[in-house]
Amino acid sequence: MDHSLDTAPDNAWLLRVRNLTKIYGNATPGVLERTGPRFNSNICAKTGAVVACSNISFDLHPGEVLGIVGESGSGKSTLVQMLYFDQEPTSGEALFQPIEDGTVNLFDLSNQRKRQIRNHQMGMVYQNPRDGLNFRFSAGGNIAEKLLMANVFHVGRIRLRGADLLTKTEVPVKRMDESPARFSGGMQQRVQIAKAIANNPPLLLLDEVTSGLDVSVQAKVLDLIRGLQQDLGISMIVVSHDLGVIRMLTDRTMVLKHGHIVEQGLTDQILQDPQHAYTQLLVSSLL
Amino acid sequence: MIQNVKFQKSFNYAYIDEFTKKEIRRKTLKAVASPGYQVPYSSPEMPISRGWGTGGLHLSLSLVGPNDVFKVIDQGSDASVNACNLRLFVQEMTNCALTFDTAAATIIQTRHRVPEEILTEKQILVLQVPQPEPLRSVERHEAKTRVMHAEADYAKMWVTLYEAYVRSGQLRTGAGHPLMVNGRYVATPSPIPSWDVPNLSMARCLYLFGAGREKRIHAIPPFTRVEPLEFDDIRFKVEEFVGVKCSVTNEDKAFMDQIYDDDFNQSYVVNDSNFLDKLRQGPRPPQKLFTNPE
Amino acid sequence: MGYVAVKGGQDAIENANKLVDYFRWKGRTEPIQLDQTKTQMRFAVDRAMGEGSLYAPEHAALALLQVEGDSFEAAFHLRAYRATLERRFVAETLNTREMLVHRRISSTFREIPGGQILGPTRDYSFRLLNPSLLNATLGSIDQFIQQLRDEIDSRKLHAMTTYKKVIDIFLQEGLMSREPRPGEDRRLFDVTREAIKFPVPRSAVLQMLARAETGALMCMAYSTMRGFGDSHQTVGEMRIGEVPVRVTDRRGRLRYVGKIKVTEAEMVGGGGRRGAQAAGAAPAPRFSIGYGLCFGQNETKAICMGMVESALRNPDPDKPANNQEFVLYHTEVIEGYGFTNHLKLPHYVTFQAGLEGYRRATRRNAEKAKEETVGAAATGGAE
Repeated sequence: MDHSLDTAPDNAWLLRVRNLTKIYGNATPGVLERTGPRFNSNICAKTGAVVACSNISFDLHPGEVLGIVGESGSGKSTLVQMLYFDQEPTSGEALFQPIEDGTVNLFDLSNQRKRQIRNHQMGMVYQNPRDGLNFRFSAGGNIAEKLLMANVFHVGRIRLRGADLLTKTEVPVKRMDESPARFSGGMQQRVQIAKAIANNPPLLLLDEVTSGLDVSVQAKVLDLIRGLQQDLGISMIVVSHDLGVIRMLTDRTMVLKHGHIVEQGLTDQILQDPQHAYTQLLVSSLL
Repeated sequence: MIQNVKFQKSFNYAYIDEFTKKEIRRKTLKAVASPGYQVPYSSPEMPISRGWGTGGLHLSLSLVGPNDVFKVIDQGSDASVNACNLRLFVQEMTNCALTFDTAAATIIQTRHRVPEEILTEKQILVLQVPQPEPLRSVERHEAKTRVMHAEADYAKMWVTLYEAYVRSGQLRTGAGHPLMVNGRYVATPSPIPSWDVPNLSMARCLYLFGAGREKRIHAIPPFTRVEPLEFDDIRFKVEEFVGVKCSVTNEDKAFMDQIYDDDFNQSYVVNDSNFLDKLRQGPRPPQKLFTNPE
Repeated sequence: MGYVAVKGGQDAIENANKLVDYFRWKGRTEPIQLDQTKTQMRFAVDRAMGEGSLYAPEHAALALLQVEGDSFEAAFHLRAYRATLERRFVAETLNTREMLVHRRISSTFREIPGGQILGPTRDYSFRLLNPSLLNATLGSIDQFIQQLRDEIDSRKLHAMTTYKKVIDIFLQEGLMSREPRPGEDRRLFDVTREAIKFPVPRSAVLQMLARAETGALMCMAYSTMRGFGDSHQTVGEMRIGEVPVRVTDRRGRLRYVGKIKVTEAEMVGGGGRRGAQAAGAAPAPRFSIGYGLCFGQNETKAICMGMVESALRNPDPDKPANNQEFVLYHTEVIEGYGFTNHLKLPHYVTFQAGLEGYRRATRRNAEKAKEETVGAAATGGAE
């Protein structure tokens, strides 16, 4: 059942996504109707096309943390990659309040504009630190890149801000000039987080950020994220296959299966009273 | 009838055929119209090796006419062997006049230095460029650097300057400091020392940059604003030669060469050979000197 | 310093040229004739033509003689010469099915239509130095050729024909498709007229590989066989022989201009079309060819060209030979030769600039260290 939360007044959203779709291969009409949880598959039997995301729609509110949970192939990472312009959608729109008061579809903007948005209004933390960091630069250099893109051309201020961010993310400042290649996995993720929030973006996207880490390290990074969210009030979208992560961080959750939303609502409610069979399966396997 | 011409001997004026010369000139105009933008061009093969000045030659040969006065320097010196070779070739192919006097030349081809003496609106400086892409050290793929220039996405370039400063206390430790040309494109000045960079901004002469092997031309037109990349608090600086004087002229305000004699004794001499000659004979030619900020 | 120093540079060049001549002649041996080079150094001539990008055996022979056998310099001379030539016509596409075949093999099938023709090859000879070659005389040569002629069966001579292609087998069985790959850039591009921008169209790739340095190309192809790539190819067909060249004259008539000798290799590998497979649909064609073609008899180059062409159609950042920019830039013989050797040019200004930079850094560190010790002394404690 859909605990949908489009009940907020229409102007209280930060990000509004409508009918976001991603199809690999031959996107002939009817493809969406031939795939999804009913068919237990992303692959269209007729054309071989792969539907990663099918008409995904949701709202994200300011200061809110939205979780997206699902197994591999559910489309959750693709969704977030499209929002960060790493991938192009097949169709659909995304409206974002900081950009022209949410009246333009982000996917219609020029590459330059998209890059601007990525730098200033969004932050992204990837599962693999190599995707979010440049190991040829130092940790401070990685953060500097974001600040430079925001036209901060003052080395002193860059280093001050860099040190400040690293402190916030509990990375020893004296390692600021080292390459993240030498850091532990957990610390690399912390540097990614520091870089992602460098320009105080209103929206932060986190894609399986703790999945590669030891359990104890995971807990610390999650704590950090939760602390940052409370301090800075950033809106977040947290993608994970792990309901434990979702439980810890998010206010609301969407459950994806084969590219479709099968259930969404308050995280607490979903965990206590899952309606869809798939969600029930996920919840029951939660340790 | 299809003619068979074996071992053809005669060459077109200035060696390059007219069709290709026109193409080079069109691309040069395009470069001048977009200061700092690297214009791809055909870069025909020459009897001189790639990496040894074919780009400079293409530009010079497309410009030189019988009334021109041509000068070639390499590392600031007319006497350098490769400069001699290029000079002979251009003269043979164009019948132009030659000179070693910077002020008398209409076209000067140079490798790795800008003459000390200020150039005028009657002069063109053609620089030989090994690597025209200032972003190449940060991004190895041409397809990506093209997009970076199109979108004015120079963040990675700035980060390397930041990293260089953090590591060594200065923005760069070598030649070829990157420039922001006319507020739009980041370009390389070719591997000239920082000492020469201030000459490029708001100059009276035209600067043309030819990279033959990489097949790109770029230009800095007269009176163009050229800013070496620097931070608000960490500024661009030229080489200092602290406590150094030329052993021949006692001069201390020019780029110097370090010389070793057979007994390993070290001394310095002014690098620019014609400037050195003029210092000895007088009067001192006008220079554009730069004072390093604190 | 001015004129005298310059004269010094010019004198040095003149003397250098004289010395090169001296080293050529000081043995006082009989000068080698153009014909001898052209006919008895066949593979060097063919390679020079390929890398020089000019089909002109006599010019190639002259170049080789002139540069005393340096293959880089020979190709260089030919390229420079080529750049001065007027482009009068563009030839019609060569049809290698018309080839007068000297040698033609396939590794894909044991027996092929028309048969395997070993032809002139050293592949199955023993690489033993053979000084009896030095005893050859014009007389012994005549005798040898006469004997060879006597051995020819004139009936077999009449039966000679052109040969169908091995890939016809694949096409016939639907294992290979004539259709170009979807989205392939099929513009005709001439890299000698226009600077390349990446990604380049297939015609530019083929042109650059055909002109590439043989050794560099071999390096790339070899890497795909050893884990730095995923080459699983065999020689579908390699044929060497003469192909007619035709042009369309100004009145629109097709004219035969002459024939050139080429080596063509069609390397067959897996990986036809990629993409999702719909259940029940016919399987997509399984095989594609990597194509290699070069002047003269240069089998290594043609085979490696086919392998590299194939690799380049599947870009992969982890594999050097699958990276268009890496392969095309770094197998370009004249550019590579020029730029690596340009390091011999004086670089003392850039070096000086670097030295000054290093000195400034050292001074700064010394000052900083001084400040810190002064600071420590002032605060009266050790750091």
